[in-house]
Amino acid sequence: MAELLLELFSEEIPARMQAKAEADLKAAVESGLSEAGVAFERITALSGPRRLTVCVEGLPAKSADVKEERKGPKVGAPEKAVEGFLRGAGLNSIDEAEVRSDPKKGDFYVAVREVPGRPLPDIIAEMVPDIVRSFHWPKSMRWGRGELRWVRPLQRVLCIFDGKVVDFEIDGLTSGNETEGHRVHGRGPFKVSSFDEYKTLLESKGSVILSREDRRLLIDEKAHVICHERGLELVEDKGLLEEVTGLAEWPVVILGDMDPDFLSLPGEVIQLSMRTHQKYFAVRDPKTGDLAPHFVVVANIDATDGGKAIAEGNSRVLSARLDDARFFWDNDRKTPLATMAEKLKTIDFKKELGTVADKVERIAALARDLAPKVGADPDLAERAARLAKADLVSGMVGEFPELQGVMGGYYAREQGEDEAVATAIAEHYKPVGPSDQVPSEPVSIAVALADKLDTLVGFWAIDEKPTGSKDPFALRRAALGVVRIILENGVRIDQTQYLADGIADMLLRQPNAVDISAEQIEHAIASASPETSVADLRREFAATQRGALHQLFGLADKKAEDLLAFFADRLKQYLRDAGARYDLIDAVFALENQDDLVLIVKRVEALGAFLETDDGANLLAGYKRAANILKAEEKKDGRAFEGTPDPALFEQDEERSLAAAITESVTSAEAALAGEDFEKAMGALSSLRAPVDAFFDAVTVNAESAELRQNRLLILTSIRDALHRVADFSKLAA
Amino acid sequence: MTAPTAREKPASFQDLILRLQAYWAAQGCAILQPYDMEVGAGTLHPATVLRALGPKDWRAAYVQPSRRPADARYGENPNRLGHYYQYQVILKPNPANLQDLYLNSLYEIGIDPSVHDIRFVEDDWENPTVGAWGLGWEVWCDGMEVSQYTYFQQVGGLDVFPVSGELTYGLERLAMYVFGVDNVYNLPFNDPASETPLSYGDVFLQNEREQSAFNFELADVEMLQSWFTGCEKQSTALREAGKPLPAYDFALKASHVFNLIDARGAISPTERQAFIGRVRDLARGAAELWAKQEEERAA
Repeated sequence: MAELLLELFSEEIPARMQAKAEADLKAAVESGLSEAGVAFERITALSGPRRLTVCVEGLPAKSADVKEERKGPKVGAPEKAVEGFLRGAGLNSIDEAEVRSDPKKGDFYVAVREVPGRPLPDIIAEMVPDIVRSFHWPKSMRWGRGELRWVRPLQRVLCIFDGKVVDFEIDGLTSGNETEGHRVHGRGPFKVSSFDEYKTLLESKGSVILSREDRRLLIDEKAHVICHERGLELVEDKGLLEEVTGLAEWPVVILGDMDPDFLSLPGEVIQLSMRTHQKYFAVRDPKTGDLAPHFVVVANIDATDGGKAIAEGNSRVLSARLDDARFFWDNDRKTPLATMAEKLKTIDFKKELGTVADKVERIAALARDLAPKVGADPDLAERAARLAKADLVSGMVGEFPELQGVMGGYYAREQGEDEAVATAIAEHYKPVGPSDQVPSEPVSIAVALADKLDTLVGFWAIDEKPTGSKDPFALRRAALGVVRIILENGVRIDQTQYLADGIADMLLRQPNAVDISAEQIEHAIASASPETSVADLRREFAATQRGALHQLFGLADKKAEDLLAFFADRLKQYLRDAGARYDLIDAVFALENQDDLVLIVKRVEALGAFLETDDGANLLAGYKRAANILKAEEKKDGRAFEGTPDPALFEQDEERSLAAAITESVTSAEAALAGEDFEKAMGALSSLRAPVDAFFDAVTVNAESAELRQNRLLILTSIRDALHRVADFSKLAA
Repeated sequence: MTAPTAREKPASFQDLILRLQAYWAAQGCAILQPYDMEVGAGTLHPATVLRALGPKDWRAAYVQPSRRPADARYGENPNRLGHYYQYQVILKPNPANLQDLYLNSLYEIGIDPSVHDIRFVEDDWENPTVGAWGLGWEVWCDGMEVSQYTYFQQVGGLDVFPVSGELTYGLERLAMYVFGVDNVYNLPFNDPASETPLSYGDVFLQNEREQSAFNFELADVEMLQSWFTGCEKQSTALREAGKPLPAYDFALKASHVFNLIDARGAISPTERQAFIGRVRDLARGAAELWAKQEEERAA
């Protein structure tokens, strides 16, 4: 068995592209070999700043011989057909074809061609140039006078099969058996004849750690050790770790010092400056949890001075960066947030949805409106909303867009705003991802909800919804944010009304978007009483059967319904991610008028707990039995059995006691549901278990008498209807 | 290949420049003098932007004073200047060992590769004004960006062939690093051991102060606006007359006038986009015409 070693050696590959390229190259080699009918035992791929490597072990010397068969005409077919078959199959006479029998078709000709296997080097010499030419990089380029595209100039192609070079050429680049090591520590070139030799030479003389995993682990461990030795703690950053893993062939971790004066800057600013500009890890004092005046940098060299110059140089660069940041920090604080907010009038939020200042106006009104429902002071909520976007025009956010909100929070605190206002400004974009924290302070909740609802309502009003994988305005994230804020804080709002009012309000500002002229709208509004809110207007005009506003509000309701369904999808996703059973979610969503997220989740939880109990499981079994019989009988009769059973027709005690139990349990379940106590409602229904079991044990549903049969089927219907008050049990898995 | 080594440090800012000049001259570059117009970056010198177009080979290197009115800081910021130098190298087509040539140029100005951490970090260069972009890196030395390294892919919205390799050294920043100086004005401009030692501040500080006042306070916006219109008119007329080189000059002039107006904060975001679009049309128009004529001349 032989081995193939392929290395594509280039100038520095962007760190973010390496891991994917490694996987893509591996997949391309695998599929190239399998298309050529070549089996192998093992394939390994590696990648780093200047190379992609693949090694395939356990390869045969040549691909397998194969028989190619081509079906021909029936024996005795017209001469023309036989001639055509011979030409197509490349046969000289029909004697060279085999004759086969088929029970249906009878005897027919088959041309069999033996295709001998090809030597692997021939296959590889065709495969590799193909892979290189058709390789997909997020961005690729040409260089010199060549036509080949690669992520950066491709310098060498090492390709060895069974110890020998596989000869080929790609746009003037000839394959060979040489590779290069680290530019300073051991460039080479090194001649190699096997994967083992390749690894050994590069990792010793070449000073290149080939595997990403090895480099990542090494950096992670050294970074922790170097901090620990100084009584410090590394601020973990997985994304940054992955990036620096792609920036060094020979990673050396160095601890540098930062001028402690900079610690007066907000921690987020220091950390972000380190991360985005310099790719440093921040360091904490484990005793206080605050940032310490140091940083960790990963160099690509074992410097002869032990890294002293590198630490000093990096420290100077950081100082210059933080000087810039301090300039913004000092300068921004000279301007009150309200003054900054004035400038938002010149920035478009989205062309059709007005400027950011327009958005702020809307959020302020909505936050004020939401405030009492989340236990927030309306004045504080409005104040926070009015200042929330001001930092977008600050110098610091211009430099670090990631700090939007966070800086506004700091500036608000500096100018003496109420702490709740400052916190709300800082948190109002949250949660920004599925793992990000959800705001929990009342004022923050009001503003964060208002901001996201306004965005969603606006985009729905202008029909700019996410499609497939395209969601350029991160609307799914916004909706999931709303879902999480509502659930994790138990916020109770009438979503349908908020969404419909919001969309109607947007449409009123955007009449052109819905083919209603501005004059028509003005005319209609003028006819309404002054000082009427959009919500009142909506109700007033929903009742009339015609006119521009009626049309507009109808459209708003339709859009709101669609948006609500979008929320439902996010909620389902959220519940599934949290581990809830699909069937529980479906059973609850199948009920009508589910627009209170908090109740939906309560119901799902109660249902799950109920089904865990003995009574619950047995009642479900009873339900299934009832539903199955009903379904079968309804099908037989071609009609549904709906209505209530007639007590006069009850013959057996089990019928009477079941009917009584149903009435009783439905009454108490209704009462519990009205009080939103789902456990209690389900508990009430669980008392049905015994009478249901007894009914099925003693009563024959399909009685001889048609009247009796119908009445008993109606008892089953009432079991089904009773349970459907808490969930659609038909959606539940048995 | 033997491990690389560095030369001793240069004695001054100008010594560093002279070493680069001698080094790139030895690589066969024509050593040009700065272009005699206000430009925001060395790339905009016709020796780079226009010569990158067309089929003819080309190698050049030069110092280019760059003016960025909005970056001026009255001489009070130790790192930011409204007027500074870039060192620009263009090799067309790029030689296969351009990365080595570049690294050797760093060794030439005293950066010791066995002590310093030199890295090529992804950074794709783009200049929408001249419709140009390329792939390459920022080159970092101990975490500081010392150069921009680009393989041009398009200029004037046209694919380039052959591909040029372009290097831009930020000279002041590089020198501050080599000399370990924290304030640009303290750089030794000439040899500190000479009879008349001059610092960067001796040469440029007063200029930064006065130019800052002009950029931010004294520039006559109304007059600049009319100049802009004049440059636009002249550039268009020259292009129509089939003279891309002077047409390009007036596009550069329009670009600088726009930068001055912008530094005064006299433009709203929408107007700003419109101005940039007008400059782009002039620069691209001239570049396209030049490329077409070069093809014809080479045919």
